[in-house]
Amino acid sequence: MRIAKRSAASPMDAHAVLKEARALLAPRIEQPARRAFLVRTLSLGGLAMLSGCDLSDDRHVETALSAVSRFNDKVQGWIFDPRAMAPTYPASMITRPFPFNAFYGVDEAPAVSESDYRLEVTGKVADARAWRLEELRAMAQVDQITRHICVEGWSAIGRWGGVRFSDFLARVGADTRARYVGFECADDYYTSIDMATALHPQTLLALTYDGQPLPREYGFPMKLRIPTKLGYKNPKHIQAIFVTDAYPGGYWEDQGYNWFGGS
Amino acid sequence: MIPAADASRSVPAVPRDHAVHPGWLRLTHWLNALAVVVMAASGWRIYNASPLYDFEFPDTVTLGGWLGGALQWHFAGMWLLAANGMLYLLLNISSGRLFRRFFPVSPAGVLRDAWTALRGHLSHQDAHRYNQVQRAAYLFVMLDIAVLVASGLVLWKSVQFGALRELLGGYETARRIHFAAMALLAGFVGLHLVMVALVPKTLRAMVLGR
Repeated sequence: MRIAKRSAASPMDAHAVLKEARALLAPRIEQPARRAFLVRTLSLGGLAMLSGCDLSDDRHVETALSAVSRFNDKVQGWIFDPRAMAPTYPASMITRPFPFNAFYGVDEAPAVSESDYRLEVTGKVADARAWRLEELRAMAQVDQITRHICVEGWSAIGRWGGVRFSDFLARVGADTRARYVGFECADDYYTSIDMATALHPQTLLALTYDGQPLPREYGFPMKLRIPTKLGYKNPKHIQAIFVTDAYPGGYWEDQGYNWFGGS
Repeated sequence: MIPAADASRSVPAVPRDHAVHPGWLRLTHWLNALAVVVMAASGWRIYNASPLYDFEFPDTVTLGGWLGGALQWHFAGMWLLAANGMLYLLLNISSGRLFRRFFPVSPAGVLRDAWTALRGHLSHQDAHRYNQVQRAAYLFVMLDIAVLVASGLVLWKSVQFGALRELLGGYETARRIHFAAMALLAGFVGLHLVMVALVPKTLRAMVLGR
């Protein structure tokens, strides 16, 4: 199945990215072959073999699957219970070292300058302005040890601290009747979440990892930590936050990952 | 020849000219077969993204082309598997077929029929009766798919289905349960297909009803 809206890289770029990624993705879960989806090999094995037909070119199949994915977004919105808490764990259960994971290698994680850093807050908010890190650090901080679940299946337990996102949204006077909160990041990643999850008490604007300022590879200066969503819904290196009713999509979501991505 | 099933139930609950399998049963069987193929093939692709064990499934037997595509298939196929499975159980229970055709079943009866079958002496004359090995196997596969659905719900929504998550020993344990139940289902399907090849008229009955 070909996924629409894949515009980021030309085939040459994609090849170079893949080659580089293979060189870099040594440490844990990833072997080069497991990143093979980056080159979009279109084998539709199972069904094609059984039925003798190739579903990969069938636009109707692709459209139907996307429609089901949108339906699944709605279902997940209905299932989502704002009072249901993700389990928390003792410090002894933290996964060490906590795995790095992104669509690029660890050496390419952006180095954001603390002094120059500004967080842009725009959209349906009363107080649209740029924030400095000190202002965020001055707000009430919470700390939690939760399980990060990756869409690939693996999971790891980590400790994140920072500002409750609901506190932040209240501070900027966000219209909490708006449908989405969108994020744009220094690594060109982008994603968006539903307002109910944005207001969940465990959703954090994380400034620290394991008691230390968030390291570069985990998203310095700030990431959104959402223990009720999969890893790709936890953007790192956030530079801009906007509140909107217009569906903002996301880097992986626009390629076919489910938008709600909740757990 | 030893009777295939419990001898005390010599009077069939349905007349002999009645279809071996009613229409709803054949329909739900084939829809389930389709759902199982979609779920297994897409599930293997998802597994390959982060293998639990020291092997991967060949891409040619997987569905979806990449992780995102496989996830779309898996989370579409789940509706067919679950809805069709519920319909099957509902009709099977409400019609009395479940109790009529799958019970009684006992370990001794299963061993006896298995031994008879291995010696090639098991009668297939009466397709209206399941022997005890069939009863046990089909009851097992119903339970196994229920375990797949339950563990799948935990993997999909580990926070929202917290009680189920704890029942299955947490997210990571649920992952292993999901894999093991898949492996058992694949084993069942393999055996099932061998048996159909050995007794082809069962395929005819599942397509045409008799």
